[in-house]
Amino acid sequence: MRLVRLAETARPAVAFTLDGAPATALAGDTLLTAILANAEHVRTSEFGDGNRAGFCWMGACQDCWVLVQGEGRVRACSTYVAQGMAVLRP
Amino acid sequence: MTVAVVGAGPAGTRAAEVLVQAGLRPVVIDEAPDNGGRIYQRPPAGFRRSDGDLYGTEAHKAQALHRRFDQLRGAIDLRASTLVWDVRPQQLLTLRDGRSETIGFEQAILCTGAMDRVIPLPGWTLPGVYTLGGAQVALKTQGCAIGQAVAFLGTGPLLWLVAYQYAKAGARVAAVLDTTDFATKAWRTGGLLRGGRTFLNGLRYVGWLRWRGVRIVEGVVPEAIEGDGEVTGLRYRTRHGTHHIACDAVGIGWGLKPETQLADLAGVSFAFDPVQRGWLPVRNEAGRTDIRGIYLAGDGVRIGGADVAELAGARVAWAVVEDRGLPVDHAAVARLDRALQRQAKFRQALDRAFPYPHRLAAGMADDTILCRCEAITAGAMRAAATAEVNRTKALTRIGMGRCQGRVCGPAAAEVLAAALGCPVEQVGRLRGQPPVKPIPMRTAAAG
Repeated sequence: MRLVRLAETARPAVAFTLDGAPATALAGDTLLTAILANAEHVRTSEFGDGNRAGFCWMGACQDCWVLVQGEGRVRACSTYVAQGMAVLRP
Repeated sequence: MTVAVVGAGPAGTRAAEVLVQAGLRPVVIDEAPDNGGRIYQRPPAGFRRSDGDLYGTEAHKAQALHRRFDQLRGAIDLRASTLVWDVRPQQLLTLRDGRSETIGFEQAILCTGAMDRVIPLPGWTLPGVYTLGGAQVALKTQGCAIGQAVAFLGTGPLLWLVAYQYAKAGARVAAVLDTTDFATKAWRTGGLLRGGRTFLNGLRYVGWLRWRGVRIVEGVVPEAIEGDGEVTGLRYRTRHGTHHIACDAVGIGWGLKPETQLADLAGVSFAFDPVQRGWLPVRNEAGRTDIRGIYLAGDGVRIGGADVAELAGARVAWAVVEDRGLPVDHAAVARLDRALQRQAKFRQALDRAFPYPHRLAAGMADDTILCRCEAITAGAMRAAATAEVNRTKALTRIGMGRCQGRVCGPAAAEVLAAALGCPVEQVGRLRGQPPVKPIPMRTAAAG
């Protein structure tokens, strides 16, 4: 599964890093979009049942949390990507 | 002391409008960076699609609401990107940009909105499975489809709306699977005719999808979302046998459920609603509750949709105005009351046309993950079943994870009730606990 960008593709590119590797998003992407445009999952369940990629997109399910350097734990669906952001997938 | 409005969606916006009209300057708080709620959520700066593309037949309503909110900005104390994480008597505990602040209030109108009601099934935690509402947010506010070939599964108006919006935006819709038998027939039932345009829109979406050749199956029993590490398909049953659909993403949802946590923390009484099959905060027609200073409106109380939310938001604000001893526009209140009564009849018909398939939830297999926060199975709940849902929560941690039971709550109650052989209302309801969403320890300590 990958997100498919259907519209709004003319936005400026934003460079960030995902687990230390360079990645590209678009201005106005949430971290959830930014990550899933580059990778298949957002985090790994700490309970041993595999990878997760968010669920509700609206800040309710708390299943898309990631680590952002300097900010700690954030919800990917309600945090916007920023130039130079260092994102780690837990 | 001020009036606080929590939530800047359709209900909160119309509440703020009336309060300002009455000469008040309310504090308006929303967790999102901008107004609109989920239904009329505004995309970030730099997005260019038209309101018609974003909101479809409801574009004129979204525009009117956004315009009104923009006019109100100078007349309200707007706190955007602010989470209310606890309610205490005359106090809201908030968090913004890592900073906590206590906001005092004399009256608080809670317009906390809703989220999807889901039924766990095998594979629902795989990457690529999202709520219907989530699939819609992805498209509306990010311009993205959740996959290359998307199947939609569940029931209710949102199922058809999201499938329509995806197909219209150019996504490949692999199938629309409705767990309600003959939804098309249900759309035609008498009460739905009262809904006027809402009803006609529903018919239009179904018709358009059929015309486009989208696979539509009604009365399905979902068996599993398949895939090893990611979604590769969906298996379901009909009376003709077992079927398989290839897809790489699935949107699921069985109607919506109100976000009632703040009303709960404020101490508002709850009652079981047999039609919506859940515990809902009790308020009168005007939106007053049994807790002095706490008022409720919109989908955060009872699912009624955006039109009802706008009406209820305005109505509850007039109750606040009245309770503060300020002059009330009685003609406006009477108009709102009449409109709300008309809408209630349509809503009842809609709830009956798309009932929550509680047997599906109650019958989930023992090894199905029920709580996705901590990967706890339905079998674990059955093994630890006690007569009360909070007791079972304490024993199993089902409903105690990061989402506080928002996602698994309704299904967990069905699993427990079925295990005990009692009506679902008898197991009670999961009590809300602060913080309603995860916050840093230093914030909780300061609160």
